[in-house]
Amino acid sequence: MSALDDIRETIEKNDVVLYMKGTKMMPQCGFSSRVAGVLNYMGVEFTDVNVLADPEIRQGIKEFSDWPTIPQLYVKGEFVGGCDIITEMTLSGELDTLFETKGVAFDKAAADKIREANA
Amino acid sequence: MPMEGKDIEALIRAAFPQAKITVTDTVGDGNHWAAEVVDEAFRGMNRVQQQRAVYASLKGKMDGAQGELHALALTTKAPD
Repeated sequence: MSALDDIRETIEKNDVVLYMKGTKMMPQCGFSSRVAGVLNYMGVEFTDVNVLADPEIRQGIKEFSDWPTIPQLYVKGEFVGGCDIITEMTLSGELDTLFETKGVAFDKAAADKIREANA
Repeated sequence: MPMEGKDIEALIRAAFPQAKITVTDTVGDGNHWAAEVVDEAFRGMNRVQQQRAVYASLKGKMDGAQGELHALALTTKAPD
């Protein structure tokens, strides 16, 4: 299977997917760590794909989304953004809205806590 | 060879001549940068589209393990 087919299948089969450097338990880059940390803290169930484990996926995901950086978050098959966008959306509450609209379970109180801590 | 702030700004400036561009060295190591780009061209674009346009202006410098730009945090918006 080609890397692009692999990516397509992964984001179709899993509601929330984070392509990242390292794993959600052990991120290996500050930007990946920040997004994984937000999702973990908000209690979102997500699939992590470590791009460092597969050079073809690492290159493929950039072509797939036309986005040159990692991490990349996908919700219900749709590319949402990288670290800066996810951070902004978390603080503005747009990420909550997105999860609500897409039917993804998350801990609203935890999300509010992140916003309080960064207010 | 890592890029300097003025090189980053020049590349973005070439694509967005009228933009307000602020490039900051976030940790002072010449390797971790933040850029804020405020431009009328972003109006009506979502954040993904806005940042894609900025990445495009950087002409592949973010790409790959050997990319000259190791870390660039982006903030994009249209003027208030």
